[in-house]
Amino acid sequence: MAETTERYLLDVDNISIAFGGLKAVDHFSVKIRKNELYGLIGPNGAGKTTVFNLLTGVYKPDAGSIVLDGDNITGKTTVEINHAGIARTFQNIRLFSNLSVLDNVKVGLHEHYKYSLVEGILHLVKYRSTENAMDERAMEILKVFELDGYADFKASQLPYGKQRKLEIARALATDPKLLLLDEPAAGMNPQETVELMDTIRFVRDKFDMTILLIEHDMRLVSGICDELTVLNFGQVLCQGETKEVLNNPEVIKAYLGD
Amino acid sequence: MSYRSKTFKSNMITYGLVAVFYIICEAMLKSGHMSSLMQGLLVPLCYYMVLAVSLNLVVGISGELSLGHAGFMCIGAFSSAVFASTAGKGMADVPELIIALIIGAAFAALFGFLIGIPVLRLRGDYLAIATLAFGEIIKNVINAVYLGVDSHGMHVSLKDVKSLHLEDGGQVIIKGAQGIGKLPRNATFTLGIILVFLTLFIVLNLVNSRQGRAIMAARDNRIAAESVGLSVSRYKMTAFVISAALAGMAGVLYSHNLANLQATSKNFGYNQSILILVFVVLGGIGNMRGSLIAAFLLTLLPEKLRFLSNYRMLIYAVVLIAMMIVNSSPKIVAWRKVMAEKYFKRGKAGIDEPEAAAAAEHVPTVDEAASEITADLAAAEKEAARIDEHEADNNAEKED
Ligand SMILES: Nc1ncnc2c1ncn2[C@@H]1O[C@H](COP(=O)(O)OP(=O)(O)O)[C@@H](O)[C@H]1O
Ligand SMILES: [Mg+2]
Repeated sequence: MAETTERYLLDVDNISIAFGGLKAVDHFSVKIRKNELYGLIGPNGAGKTTVFNLLTGVYKPDAGSIVLDGDNITGKTTVEINHAGIARTFQNIRLFSNLSVLDNVKVGLHEHYKYSLVEGILHLVKYRSTENAMDERAMEILKVFELDGYADFKASQLPYGKQRKLEIARALATDPKLLLLDEPAAGMNPQETVELMDTIRFVRDKFDMTILLIEHDMRLVSGICDELTVLNFGQVLCQGETKEVLNNPEVIKAYLGD
Repeated sequence: MSYRSKTFKSNMITYGLVAVFYIICEAMLKSGHMSSLMQGLLVPLCYYMVLAVSLNLVVGISGELSLGHAGFMCIGAFSSAVFASTAGKGMADVPELIIALIIGAAFAALFGFLIGIPVLRLRGDYLAIATLAFGEIIKNVINAVYLGVDSHGMHVSLKDVKSLHLEDGGQVIIKGAQGIGKLPRNATFTLGIILVFLTLFIVLNLVNSRQGRAIMAARDNRIAAESVGLSVSRYKMTAFVISAALAGMAGVLYSHNLANLQATSKNFGYNQSILILVFVVLGGIGNMRGSLIAAFLLTLLPEKLRFLSNYRMLIYAVVLIAMMIVNSSPKIVAWRKVMAEKYFKRGKAGIDEPEAAAAAEHVPTVDEAASEITADLAAAEKEAARIDEHEADNNAEKED
């Protein structure tokens, strides 16, 4: 069988977590190929964000395993998982609101451009060269999101839509293998949404990125995702290629039922 | 980059202020225009500035409310005083002071690290209370310690001089509550200013470094900081230890300005910690220049306004409460934000907000002004709701 020999970038096997009596995520599995744009959809409260929190080590799964690029990351901390190659954005934006737009991205570059504390405090040569290189790289990333003109703004001064983009830029700066986007278009108007989807596709191509995207706007998902998983009450309702999933009667029921 | 040159300029102004202060004071000293009261305040001014800036590193940059800063000052003062009355005895002033500073900073840093391990696991109010407790413990333990030295080395006791069991000719260094006597008293204003510069240099440069950025990122959003791979506890510790070391240096300056060093609730108790916090809060959290100015004013004013001295703590309390309300009430914060954004946008109108430019030229009528204010208030309400929500959400996701 070709399926089993294929190497997946992300292989999630039967993870579960319960909060008190509530099974927020129940035997969730997903396999994502490299360079894929994968959608995770489902009604509010279905457990989508909780899946992200499990993948990034915010919560430890009660059961199951998570393997990233052959690397078992189950039970690791958020920091270790980021170093292993997962970066994310948040449904309710979490920027470093008092830092500049540029510095937000530079924090993302932190692990890749290093100098010691002493070099930093004394502002030695290595400090200057590294900071310059960081500025350059951060500006490149900001340019992708048309945020380069806002580099000196405080992150909290950006309008909402641009804050969402900045979160993606910051996540990309950590140079991940897998990018998790939690409702990136939430609160955007239709035109902004279309633009954002173009940007996401562009990011996938330009950075050779694998992306897992949570969204509950069906139109938007159908436009760009290669494959989908539908989550309902913590369980996988349906999984597969976008077109098939969207025509599945159960999915239609779950979405239009309430 | 304009952003970096702006910080550079701001830092230069801060250094410049200290330099001007030094030059003026020196000129007054040389020309005999300074009262002896004022002369006696010069070194205290310096250690209060160092304390304020170093505490601001923890409170403003790292975002943790620490109420035990005087404890680290106490460690620095006593460790360096022990040195001064043993190995440092008879040394020339400059080498003695340099070694004393290194010892004071090192011991304070060590204690900062040890205390940081349990304390930095806590958040918010719990962290504040724990630091307060550690500060008090340090002061009280030192107050009870007897330390002596003889040919067998150091002897420590918490009871009395006798239980040190010193051999004949042994020397008692710390005599419990009586502390350490016969200190060199060789601290000078110039040394104090050098320490202020050193503190500013370390803190301001740290803030503009990769590590400082990580510290501030962890302050602004812990969860996001971890999500981009920052080891938050490590950076919180970095800030805490550096801050403790600098407070230790302030303690060295303090102990080398006295003939007799004792740990009392006045010099190393929580009153002192809170006084330093008042400098930080009044000067603006995260604002180093503000800390300097607040330390300066609040050290001088009480001397100038002696008749108010009975009410000093009362006034500080009122000032603190007022500042906290102004700085943290969601409605006021939101209102300030809305106003700031409004003026900010108008200021930059030509660049990216053509409508705002037009609006700025247009003179508003009373009606429009009124509706604009209502809109501001509505925006403030919304912002406040958002902050509330954000906080609730922060709490929800903060699970250890
Ligand atoms: N830390 C938590 N404690 C208790 N319940 C939680 C926690 N996190 C999520 N939940 C619950 O899990 C369910 C799924 O939430 P979530 O993953 O945020 O849904 P979605 O992102 O699909 O809208 C909800 O019922 C939510 O209340
Ligand atoms: Mg969600």
